[in-house]
Amino acid sequence: MSLLEVDALDVHYGAIHALHKVSLAVEEGEIVTLIGSNGAGKSTTLRALSGMVQSSGGTIVYGGRSIVGLRSDEIVRLGLAHAPEGRGIFGSLTVRENLELGAFSRRDGKVRSDLERMFERFPILQERAQQSAGTLSGGEQQMLAVARALMARPKLLLLDEPSLGLAPKIVQKIFAIVAEINRDGVTILLVEQNAHLALSVAHRAYVLETGEVKMAGSASELAASDEVRKAYLGVG
Amino acid sequence: MIPAAAQPISVTRALTRSLLPVAVGLGLGLGLGQVVPTGTYAEKILFDIGINIILAVSLNLVNGFTGQFSMGHAGFMALGAYASIVVTYYGGFALFGDVGCHLNAQGYGLYFTSLVVGGLVAAAAGYLVGLPSLRLRGDYLAIVTLGFGEIIRVVLQVSYAVVEPEEMATVDWWERPLHLGKSLGFVHQGAYNSLSWTYAAVVLTLLCAYRLRESTHGRAFLSVRENEIAAEAVGIDTTRYKVNAFVLAAFFAGVAGALFGHQLGTGTAARPEEFNFMKSFEAIIMVVLGGMGSISGAALAAVTLTLLTELLRSVQDYRMVSYALLLILVMILRPEGLFGTRELWHFLRRRRP
Ligand SMILES: Nc1ncnc2c1ncn2[C@@H]1O[C@H](COP(=O)(O)OP(=O)(O)OP(=O)(O)O)[C@@H](O)[C@H]1O
Ligand SMILES: [Mg+2]
Repeated sequence: MSLLEVDALDVHYGAIHALHKVSLAVEEGEIVTLIGSNGAGKSTTLRALSGMVQSSGGTIVYGGRSIVGLRSDEIVRLGLAHAPEGRGIFGSLTVRENLELGAFSRRDGKVRSDLERMFERFPILQERAQQSAGTLSGGEQQMLAVARALMARPKLLLLDEPSLGLAPKIVQKIFAIVAEINRDGVTILLVEQNAHLALSVAHRAYVLETGEVKMAGSASELAASDEVRKAYLGVG
Repeated sequence: MIPAAAQPISVTRALTRSLLPVAVGLGLGLGLGQVVPTGTYAEKILFDIGINIILAVSLNLVNGFTGQFSMGHAGFMALGAYASIVVTYYGGFALFGDVGCHLNAQGYGLYFTSLVVGGLVAAAAGYLVGLPSLRLRGDYLAIVTLGFGEIIRVVLQVSYAVVEPEEMATVDWWERPLHLGKSLGFVHQGAYNSLSWTYAAVVLTLLCAYRLRESTHGRAFLSVRENEIAAEAVGIDTTRYKVNAFVLAAFFAGVAGALFGHQLGTGTAARPEEFNFMKSFEAIIMVVLGGMGSISGAALAAVTLTLLTELLRSVQDYRMVSYALLLILVMILRPEGLFGTRELWHFLRRRRP
């Protein structure tokens, strides 16, 4: 059974019908990416999964149980963490406090050692540990957002546009980290504008258009398809 | 550098660390009551300062920590005042058979109980007001709390006359709490309060706020203010935390009101007019001035503004004008307040080479 199975998911924002019967699955250990143009419903999909918006139809089964209707804090406790769009760090708290808050839902005693592991992986965060997070550069804030989500020790990590507004070099670095996290056993559902990069790191992909799944397949298949090349990779 | 592992601190050190501030603080607070003679101007000023510190520091939990905007702090204060007076006056009558001030162990026990009851009644009201409105966005809370404060005041104005001891027999006990002295207020209760009680409460409020700020829960409060979506993403039940902050703030405001209600002889009395919107507004100014989220900032602003109010007493009509100007100036020059989220000692520490 898949780690995450979404079937015929519908989401409305008032009168706006943002998702139409979206179905997708994520297997344990995978990196799956959602690509699509602005307003396609990528962030909405992640928000529905993490309980930040309520769905109006369909099922979400995570780890064998339905998580529809659970609050986001309950979902985090089940090991499903969400690094939302636009970083969303706690600006006036220190970097360390941000990371500690990432482990808010955990009750085990290993938070401190995880914090050290996170500092090893992101040395810049260790250097800035006592600094207020609002003073970090954009790339550093993005690393903090990823690191903070990892502090929840998720089984499934939802990443929303980690490359947004970053220089190519930093983007490379963040994607290397995403791959590394995945090798360590974290399953990842990645939303990305940069389809090229996303397809290079992911195993499988879904293409979302105006709230509907238009295509699905392995990352290499989609990267080779004419439609995707035209619409999202800017080729041809 | 990260310490390799949490240093196991010895039990004695942990105990000293947590109890010492309480002991020293309480000692100082209680001592103040012994040093300052009762009935003096100094006592009145110090009393006003103490009450305002509690109000500002508690309101800071809501407006500063969680970034909500409550405008009805005086309403909770009023509830605390009247609930505690009901305990000492009507409860005291049931206990002692008279309504005098019993300055003995039993009387003080009753008074202490009344302070707790005052806090709890205000906290319960905070829960009832907060639960529905905190699910909504900021402005709603401001409007609802503003309305709440006014409703409390108006309801108190239409209460019945205080039941005199000799009339007690004619009024059922359960009806007595409705006899709160109309718009004239309650002036018959025992004068149980003193600077010692006031400053003991000030110290406990400050310590609670500080411990909270340093705890995981305090961080959760701040994270709600900083970024609600991110707070939810890390697994914080933001509604629950907002309600908790609100209830806690209401509790302390209720205690402040209870103290206020029993501080007689210095021109104070539990009159509905004492708990009007200006009172709430003053508390808001203190929080904004001191810094949203700074405990020592709120406390210092409370001290400063109370003294300023005294100095401006001769030009009282212009007091609110000068407050408003002050508020506008702070908003323009230093929107995060004088201290921001930092504490007094953070500034002192930085000065060191
Ligand atoms: N809070 C909201 N209220 C109303 N409509 C919303 C809200 N959030 C998103 N929408 C609408 O839902 C649709 C999907 O938005 P969503 O944010 O999921 O797109 P996206 O694929 O993440 O786009 P982008 O790549 O620009 O981030 C859009 O038409 C958007 O305008
Ligand atoms: Mg998006």
